[in-house]
Amino acid sequence: MGRAELPLHAPGTQTDKGYIGQSVPRPGAQRLLQGRGAFVDDLRFPRLAHAVFFRSPYAHARIKALGLEKARSAPGVIGVFDGRAVAEYCKPWVGVLAHLKGIKSPPQHAIAIERACWQGEAVAAVVAETRAQAEDAAALIEAEWQELPVVVDMEAALRGDAVIHEELKDNICFKREHDTGGVDEAFAKADVVVEETYHFGRHTGVCLEGRSILADYNAAEHSLTVYHSTQAPHMMQDIFARHLGIPEGSVRVIAKDVGGSYGIKVHVYPDEMATAALSVMLRRPVKFIADRLESFATDIHAREHRVKISIAVSRAGEILAFDLDDLTAIGPYSVYPRTSGIEGNQVVNLTGGPYRHQKYRARMHVVFTNKNVTCQYRAVGHPIAVALTEAIVDKAAAQLGMDPAEFRRKNLIPDDAYPYTFPSGIKFEKLSHHKCIDLLLQLMKYEELRKEQQDLRAKNIFRGIGLAAMIEVTNPSPAFYGVGGARISAQDGATLRLEPSGMVTVLCGVTEQGQGTDAIFAQIAASAVGVTLDKVRVITGDTGVTPYGGGTWASRGAGIGGEAVLLAGRALRANVLEIASQILKTGKEELEVKDNQVVNRLTREAKLPLEELGRIAHFRPDTLPVDFQAELTVTRHYTPRQYGFTFTNGIQASLVEVDVDTGFVKLLKHWCVEDAGTVVNPMLVDEQIRGGVVQGIGAALYEECLYGPDGQLLNGSMADYLVPMSGEMPDIVCAHVETPTRQSQLGAKGVGEAGTAGAPGAVMNAINDALAPLGARVATMPFTPQRVLQALGKVG
Amino acid sequence: MEHALDIALTVNGAQVSRRVEPRQHLVDFLREDLGLTGSHVGCEHGVCGACTVRVNGEIVRGCLMLAVQANGCRVETVEGLSDSRELAGLQKAFHERNALQCGFCTPGMLMAAQDLVRRKGKLSRAEIRNHLSGNYCRCTGYQAIVDAVEEALDGQG
Ligand code: FES
Ligand code: FES
Repeated sequence: MGRAELPLHAPGTQTDKGYIGQSVPRPGAQRLLQGRGAFVDDLRFPRLAHAVFFRSPYAHARIKALGLEKARSAPGVIGVFDGRAVAEYCKPWVGVLAHLKGIKSPPQHAIAIERACWQGEAVAAVVAETRAQAEDAAALIEAEWQELPVVVDMEAALRGDAVIHEELKDNICFKREHDTGGVDEAFAKADVVVEETYHFGRHTGVCLEGRSILADYNAAEHSLTVYHSTQAPHMMQDIFARHLGIPEGSVRVIAKDVGGSYGIKVHVYPDEMATAALSVMLRRPVKFIADRLESFATDIHAREHRVKISIAVSRAGEILAFDLDDLTAIGPYSVYPRTSGIEGNQVVNLTGGPYRHQKYRARMHVVFTNKNVTCQYRAVGHPIAVALTEAIVDKAAAQLGMDPAEFRRKNLIPDDAYPYTFPSGIKFEKLSHHKCIDLLLQLMKYEELRKEQQDLRAKNIFRGIGLAAMIEVTNPSPAFYGVGGARISAQDGATLRLEPSGMVTVLCGVTEQGQGTDAIFAQIAASAVGVTLDKVRVITGDTGVTPYGGGTWASRGAGIGGEAVLLAGRALRANVLEIASQILKTGKEELEVKDNQVVNRLTREAKLPLEELGRIAHFRPDTLPVDFQAELTVTRHYTPRQYGFTFTNGIQASLVEVDVDTGFVKLLKHWCVEDAGTVVNPMLVDEQIRGGVVQGIGAALYEECLYGPDGQLLNGSMADYLVPMSGEMPDIVCAHVETPTRQSQLGAKGVGEAGTAGAPGAVMNAINDALAPLGARVATMPFTPQRVLQALGKVG
Repeated sequence: MEHALDIALTVNGAQVSRRVEPRQHLVDFLREDLGLTGSHVGCEHGVCGACTVRVNGEIVRGCLMLAVQANGCRVETVEGLSDSRELAGLQKAFHERNALQCGFCTPGMLMAAQDLVRRKGKLSRAEIRNHLSGNYCRCTGYQAIVDAVEEALDGQG
């Protein structure tokens, strides 16, 4: 559990990690605590107009006629537009990437033209002086529809009974096969072969703040400023520029406070593109805030999979091979620009991930359906891959009569086997599965829990313990999107500026959605420069001022943005010493920056406050040598390159009690041991993991976007779609193993998705462990009381 | 505003009178008409608790009460209770324990938690969890929130 060796100070001095590793509170949280944040819907603009969308009531239907006249003459209405009108200002897009070979999707418009392909797709926009007026007017739109055949079931979609997009010939968006060879042989010689099919319910992010955008077009400059609840301001800048025909430099995207995102707010949404287009068309600011029903019907969904998996195991308990067949449905379009092929692709990449088998075969189909689109949501593919791997591993262990922890220890990739290439082709720099499982079992008192479980069974109390080991993609290199042609930055930049007062301003391309980016950047900057934390201010989320960057996704903020801040901080410190050496007429190798002062490196004697250095450098440079120019602003960038992804690992455990009369699952406790490399701020990391765990628990127990056979969303409110609330959630114990990545000086890997990746698998295994003595088993998420009772044969 | 009605109420200690549409709910009135954007709108159907405000001393869902119903009432929001420092103890505990991430749920969460603090009882974690179970938070795992409320309850002796 060694910490990173951080060469934050110049060679020859003692290593001082400064604020790295300290649980300091987030300075930026204060305004949110007082209700003084700035979410998009909090902003006030002169001549602000409000957009609402008229959406298709059908899952698949031709628009025969759209009567907009009554809406146009309603009070307060500024304009009512159909898809064709908006398309004149906003070019359509196609959600494909070159490295996902064969992926296909039709062009998608901001507002549907001629045909709606899912219930909730926008077919007209109404703009009015108030939102209420716009909603009143939208209710006056008269549409005539011709219903078309609806494809909701993914097996039917794969068969192609009805084809959604005729020009694509079938409903297959993307398929992939992977085979190391030798799989049939491995299964033939296995002593035990176990197979099971798992179903995962489609669910969604339910950000408390709905998608929000305020686009402000300035006709005089042909420029656009967009206040956007987004994770990727630079990506959106590029997209607004290209699709609206405005020079990139004239588009500015500002993400102030963002009320939750989790991957939901990193995609291109048609209604948001339409809002930007409407601002251009009407030459005034236009705002769109998705209400809760719109969020359920149009925020990306994720994780609708049917997966059959088999495992081949020797009598000695050695895993020999996995064989996987995944089918996933993504709605009628592959989402732009990341595509909807990545989730299934990740399932193929990651299944079996923690284990040391050598043979692996996978087949995966991504199909179109007439439901809302799906795309990358927190932990993309991991919750599926982890749950099905860990469930089948448990089943195999049970067949062999082995304890699941012991079975895992036998098969986890050894901690000294790195670097390691996994049979799916992915590469691990250095993982620590064994250290993690050891720590987990010790933390949870595994043996004692097993004994307690046995004792309680005698009293007809059914408790279960579930384990889920995991690997996770973090710090992605350009291999994720860039190589496929997506204009999504894999690098991030940081600018650090020493102000005249001796304060440090940090600007970075990574954004803040509450995960604490601003706080950890302040910690890294303060440590690297040699100032106290109170002297640092961080600015993120504004393409007009920050260096270019990818933003926040795929657990990249700390690892990539943090490294850029560290590099810039060290460069700024070197420049500060350069200036100090001129002022003090002392060799810079004798100087050091510590606690807002330039000090003598050896005696630690204070020589010059940074405040004084800043004053001289900015206001009295005339006192410095004539050929010397102080440089107090520096920018550095960082791109991870050696590995496609910096994989992390971890393991979770869940303890549940199943009420076999009601089918209710009570969560008693949850543990997560995670190796995210250098931990910059343990308090922030822990609560982020816990939030992720709770999201994963939601998927396991409560959350599912339900559709009827006609493609109608059945549960579009928070009363019908259940989310985890505090009352049902357990306390969650977090612990860390730290194996810093050697690819960066900071050594941080990502952590934002760890909780969500592993929790569903751990809960699933815990439930099945509880049900085992009753001969019952569940394999369809979410595990509602009804499904548990069905497994027990108590209801039909 | 054909059927608009005049209302007069006290908001965060100040007298306010406005003409409002009967259909406007209280949280929209606070946000849109008074610019008090600290109270948030998360669902508008009474489930998420983001809109929690205090009316005549009781916490209510600002999306389930109409502005006209607040006529003659005493309304308090997160901005008012921040300025009066009534929330200071909870805010400190939330800050120190990182009981918020995006902060969108936080004003509602604080209003609901302050309701417990005002009753000045010692409560178990399960009781705190139950009291807050009408307030949705998607970012935290709720644990830090429970920790913070527990600390604020302990802190008042
Ligand atoms: S907005 Fe009122 S409870 Fe959700
Ligand atoms: S902090 Fe984001 S919803 Fe609670």
